[in-house]
Amino acid sequence: MNVTRREALKRVGAAGAVLGASAATAKLFFDEGGIDLKKSTGARQTRDYRVEDDGGQVDLSIARGDKDAAALTRKAIEALGGMGRFISRGDVVAVKPNIGWDRAPIHAANTNPEVVAEVVRLAYDAGAKTVVVTDASCNEPNRCFKRSGIWNAAYEAGAEVIIPVENRFRTLRMKGEVLDEWPVYTPLLNADKVINVPVAKHHNLATYTGAMKNWYGVLGGRRNRLHQNIDVSVADLATFMQPTLTVLDAVRVLMRNGPQGGNVADAKDLHVVAASIDQVAIDAFGCTLIGKTADEIPYLKMGLERGLGTTDWQSLRTREV
Amino acid sequence: MLQRVVSAFKRRLGVGKPRPGSGLPARPVIRTLVWLRRASQVGFLGLFLYLLVETAFRGSISKQTFDLDHKVEGFLLADPFVAAMTFLSTKTVYKDLFWSLGVVALTVAVGRVFCGWICPFGTLHHFFAWIFPSRYVKGGRRVEQNKTHPVRQSIKYYLMIAFLLAALAGSAIGGLFDPICVAVRAIGLGVIPALQYAATRGSDVAYESGSPGLQRTTDDANVLLSQYVWSEKQFYFHQTWLIVTLLVAILFLNRFVPRFWCRVLCPLGAFLGVLSRFALVGMEKDHKKCTDCNLCLVHCQGADSPQGGVKWQQDECHMCMNCESACPEDVIKFRFLPSKVSTQPKVDLARRTTLASAAAGVIAVPAMRIADVIDANYDHRVIRPPGSVEEREFLERCIRCAECMKVCPDNALHPAWFEAGVEGMWTPILIPRIGYCQHSCVLCGQVCPTGAIQKITEKQKLGLGQKPISIGTAFFDQGRCLPWSMGTPCIVCEEFCPTSPKAIWVEPVEVPKRSATPGPDGEEPPMESVRVQRPHVDPSLCIGCGACENVCPVQDKPAVYVTSIGETRSKENIILLENTSYTQEG
Repeated sequence: MNVTRREALKRVGAAGAVLGASAATAKLFFDEGGIDLKKSTGARQTRDYRVEDDGGQVDLSIARGDKDAAALTRKAIEALGGMGRFISRGDVVAVKPNIGWDRAPIHAANTNPEVVAEVVRLAYDAGAKTVVVTDASCNEPNRCFKRSGIWNAAYEAGAEVIIPVENRFRTLRMKGEVLDEWPVYTPLLNADKVINVPVAKHHNLATYTGAMKNWYGVLGGRRNRLHQNIDVSVADLATFMQPTLTVLDAVRVLMRNGPQGGNVADAKDLHVVAASIDQVAIDAFGCTLIGKTADEIPYLKMGLERGLGTTDWQSLRTREV
Repeated sequence: MLQRVVSAFKRRLGVGKPRPGSGLPARPVIRTLVWLRRASQVGFLGLFLYLLVETAFRGSISKQTFDLDHKVEGFLLADPFVAAMTFLSTKTVYKDLFWSLGVVALTVAVGRVFCGWICPFGTLHHFFAWIFPSRYVKGGRRVEQNKTHPVRQSIKYYLMIAFLLAALAGSAIGGLFDPICVAVRAIGLGVIPALQYAATRGSDVAYESGSPGLQRTTDDANVLLSQYVWSEKQFYFHQTWLIVTLLVAILFLNRFVPRFWCRVLCPLGAFLGVLSRFALVGMEKDHKKCTDCNLCLVHCQGADSPQGGVKWQQDECHMCMNCESACPEDVIKFRFLPSKVSTQPKVDLARRTTLASAAAGVIAVPAMRIADVIDANYDHRVIRPPGSVEEREFLERCIRCAECMKVCPDNALHPAWFEAGVEGMWTPILIPRIGYCQHSCVLCGQVCPTGAIQKITEKQKLGLGQKPISIGTAFFDQGRCLPWSMGTPCIVCEEFCPTSPKAIWVEPVEVPKRSATPGPDGEEPPMESVRVQRPHVDPSLCIGCGACENVCPVQDKPAVYVTSIGETRSKENIILLENTSYTQEG
């Protein structure tokens, strides 16, 4: 049985087409191989949410004495020039409290819910379009948000409270000294203004934590590695995140067994709220509340050296109310 | 496929083809009941899936407590096979298992209505047998498959007998075959997490696309799903491949034998089959009128011989009403207090096989236990959930329903593989590397239907005014621990230790550390001195929650790990002498 010329050409043509397509695919998707790790190059990534300093104003304000946490917060922010100095009409504002632990307000491991709620209200009063309150917790987030009281307090103040969901973390190259490629929590970054609302407390490894260390909550992934070089990683994070405003809650302060505490006796009522545009200075002030000075906290020194702010907070335009 | 659905609907609605034979229409009450049954099946399957999805802790604004909103284990509480097993093993009826009397009453009144109208697993089989029949179960072949196959269909009774006798001998292992347990386990631990995994990957692809609209849509969809259907983070379950494979296999068998599971394997169906002989509603047949058209058999669910000329197998019938609805000759009539002339109400079992099944059930328990897993060589990985009863009683109660694993908010509880022995397969164990026991959480006990995990309060767990509940003890592997062996600061374990005072305490020390860079001219690298805090465990304070193991940065094999020793529920598996004395309250 002879094959016709037409049939023979068809078969040879089909075989050739398959071979050609395979070769083209292999060429197009050719992989050189090799195990070179990609080095990060170029400038450090930063997120700067600061507003321009119009001069002649206060840089750090400290409110004391009032038993009402919301009133303290209001006074501190007013002394700094009011929320209107920082928030413009129509802004999307991200508020970052510490909601790390499944602990009640009395344990002082998370930011005081009344302080958070007051910041939310002031931001709305200043014309914010949306205020988002969120954090990437250490313990199971539903329990942390609920037990801390922040979920309800912020919600009642009108905030959009976001529970951290896995797919909201996206990998980013920060190109810091120890922090290079990390998953970051996008709701805290995708905003016009960012207000850091940390709680001042003792920390067994870093001694004291407040504003700068609060940025741990921007990271996802296995944060546990950061402790090997906690000071540099805190400095890296503070370099990455430059907030519009920092409001430090020291209404009730965990004096020992930080950061988690758990014993009511470990915390002490101080009735202090501070606010600043300088996250290093506010920590330099904050550490004095647990009996430390800025020299004893290495990451504050690094912040100073990197030009993030000053540890000599008394030299700033300070107002106490 | 679509055509088939449409034509099936037309047929069901009585439009299109005229009824064959004499074409007598079914009684309106029967046609109504068939539709009610379908609604009931859809409704109960929906309820089951809703409760399964709600078997998770979700915070909300309105919620004041940390409890669940619903009795999510309801289907298990209503399961008489679960109640019977645990009654035989513990000689008690645990709390809300009283609900199962409702299903007993229903069965005694109207037969296996549970199987045909309520059981979510049965509905899944009904659906798959309808939608995916192979060419071997169509037409005449389907009729053959739907005739009663006595040998095949009696297997479920022998299984039930074996499981009930195993329960009497002290093991609730029959939970492996309970249909509600199978459904919760396979869907809760397999299907839902797999869907989440697929959705996240889909969202990654959308993110890569770089289109902001697509990114936002998939992101928002994922957030909603995470908050209302699954969980904030991806859950993983230890060795669930077999659980999922078995589900797929058992659903696949519907292609060849419709409702294979219900007819052949289901011990709950068998239990209800035994009870159904007392049912007050049953079938009467007018054999003379039967033309052997076999329409009843085409639609039969239970393979219970609805056709003329033979006796109706009452114990096999799911009361789906399809046969009377399909019959064009007025042969079949369901009615209250029927004549039992054409009914075989009793389960027909071979005496020797029955005895052999009973013996197998009894003998299985010692056979499994001499495999050195309870009395000797107890595995250190068997960390039971907080509030669990002592291991022997635990095995009397645990039905492997996986409710505790599904509800655990940190993905800490997992179905055991062979850690707890062959008998303990798919009982819950804590795997701290995947998730840890959240300090204030008591949800596993709240959803446990049989009391294997008791309902403890937050106060009891935390140990406010009493000794806290411990599920194990943490140990340091000093050779792997950063401060202990590498002169590197860490103490994440201490940070996460939730007890007060902390069970992990640190010792500040100056340690020598060799510099990593050699000196000039290639000299030995110089020595330095660094200050680190070395962690220690206080076994009298450790509760075994596993937070330390979970967060240890030594990723592959953590430098701190929890084993079951020191667990409150045991009088033997403990280290400290003082904990063997119950004369003092801690």
